Amino acid sequence: MLYGMLFLPGGALFALALTWRPAIAPIPVPAPGSFPAGMVERGAVLARLGDCAVCHTADGGRPLAGGRALATPFGTLYSDNLTPDPETGIGTWSAEAFRRAMKDGVSRTGSHLYPALPYEHFTHVSDGDLDALYAFLMTRRPVRQKAPANRLIPPLGFRPLLAGWKMLFLHKGAIIVDPARSAEWNRGAYLVEGLGHCGGCHTPRNIAGGEVRSRAYAGGIAEGWRAPPLDRSNPAARGWTPDAIYTYLRTGISPDHSAAAGPMGPVVESLSAVPEEDVRAIATYIASRMAGADAGSPSRPTPDDPVRAARLFPEGATLYAGACAGCHGPGAPMMGQGRPALGLASALRDEVPTSAIQAILRGIEPPVAGRGPKMPPFADSLTDAQVAAVLGYARSRYTDRPAWSKLDRAVARARKESAQP
Amino acid sequence: MTLTIHVNGTAHKVDADPETPLLYVLRDDLGLNGAKYGCGLGQCGACTVHLDGKAIFSCVTPVAAIGDRPVRTIEGLGSIEKMNPLQQAFLDEQAAQCGYCIAGMIMRAQALLDVNPAPTDAEIRAHMQPNLCRCGTHVRILRAINRVAGRPVRDVAA
Repeated sequence: MLYGMLFLPGGALFALALTWRPAIAPIPVPAPGSFPAGMVERGAVLARLGDCAVCHTADGGRPLAGGRALATPFGTLYSDNLTPDPETGIGTWSAEAFRRAMKDGVSRTGSHLYPALPYEHFTHVSDGDLDALYAFLMTRRPVRQKAPANRLIPPLGFRPLLAGWKMLFLHKGAIIVDPARSAEWNRGAYLVEGLGHCGGCHTPRNIAGGEVRSRAYAGGIAEGWRAPPLDRSNPAARGWTPDAIYTYLRTGISPDHSAAAGPMGPVVESLSAVPEEDVRAIATYIASRMAGADAGSPSRPTPDDPVRAARLFPEGATLYAGACAGCHGPGAPMMGQGRPALGLASALRDEVPTSAIQAILRGIEPPVAGRGPKMPPFADSLTDAQVAAVLGYARSRYTDRPAWSKLDRAVARARKESAQP
Repeated sequence: MTLTIHVNGTAHKVDADPETPLLYVLRDDLGLNGAKYGCGLGQCGACTVHLDGKAIFSCVTPVAAIGDRPVRTIEGLGSIEKMNPLQQAFLDEQAAQCGYCIAGMIMRAQALLDVNPAPTDAEIRAHMQPNLCRCGTHVRILRAINRVAGRPVRDVAA
């Protein structure tokens, strides 16, 4: 190793040295009883607000034991085991090591962590909250489970490169309190920008995978679904008031908007079981970002023009009548349950068809305890052209937005992405 | 309007509105009464048949969507006299109570076995998730599928 380094050009050696972080000494696994119960309880709530278990639990696996495959444009990462197992988890991590991982994205051993762990958000979390989170994790039942090796595009397996990424995209420091705003708004800002890491999906990313800060909340992509914009460009037909956002985040559906689908489902599942005031604070902050003011965003017309739509999309009209109208048509039993009309659905009004396509292909699962909206998947019954036709029809019938272009191709692409593990 | 659909290896001309759910055409026009009308909303799976080898809800699939893709129903698997291995396993395990969901269950399971002849119990459970049985014979249904998957038939209730 030493000889190898002698041959490195001086600049490269210097750069490599800059990326170096020391290991933090392992500690004996702390006894669960050494953490105050109140702190552990607070940590449990924070873990839900941060959605830790969503990424750190494999399908059908033990909670927080990691091993979930996370597909990224740079390859597949496997989440780490957050239970206090000394060999495969974080059992020998001190509170200091845990804080460093969350704020600086560095593992206890000193190696850089991939930003799939959204430390560019977690870096804003207070030390007190991080210690409570640590207390919660260290009091879970240890699970011995090693994550599979990451499969990344070369040379990204070389972790020192991440130091450069952090220089560009990791902006440390606390969320600045805005004294002109209410305590609730400021609490919301702290939760959304920090643990909630909403921008992780709802802010577009650049080619290096960093969030484009100048376009914060302008909409992004999550697991093949569109994470809609949470700024003024949000396409909703009805204004998102703090109350509407609260209901949506708490139950997975807003009667004036639509249902949480795809990766938003687990977020709702988490938020359904945290203190109400935290979800209200998140809602207040998000509503203000959407409207640029606290009043909520504007309302837009929701037409219903089946004649025009059938003229433009005759095949779509037939497919809609046989596949969709049983639930979404006027007078359908589902509509009698207070479910939003299609014209209110953001996915159908969005400038890109991504989420509307995914909803048809993959369906929608009820996010909380198996209750709520459940849409069957149509991936195996409708062809790409048929999905495109039915979507073209529905958008033309229920919205005033221009037709999506090249829908066929977008459907084919979405189907290919869904097929990946 | 007259449409041609291919069901269980035979081409059928049917006179139906193009938006008619495939289920109605199968039952009312072709007399294939295996697939059942449960919820009519793609929520229960009683209407499950195969389209191009995949399990679909025939109650929310318009007949116009079929095109020349092959449809297979439970009648296409076997007959009372000569059941296919999965049907026989359902019988042997006495997996039906009222029986209303069973044709859908068998077709859903067969779609898995066609691509994966030896699925694990976890794969079977995940795959069967969309289909409901209100009598509660799930354990016997799982045993029947496990039997065909060549897995030792044990108590899978745990």
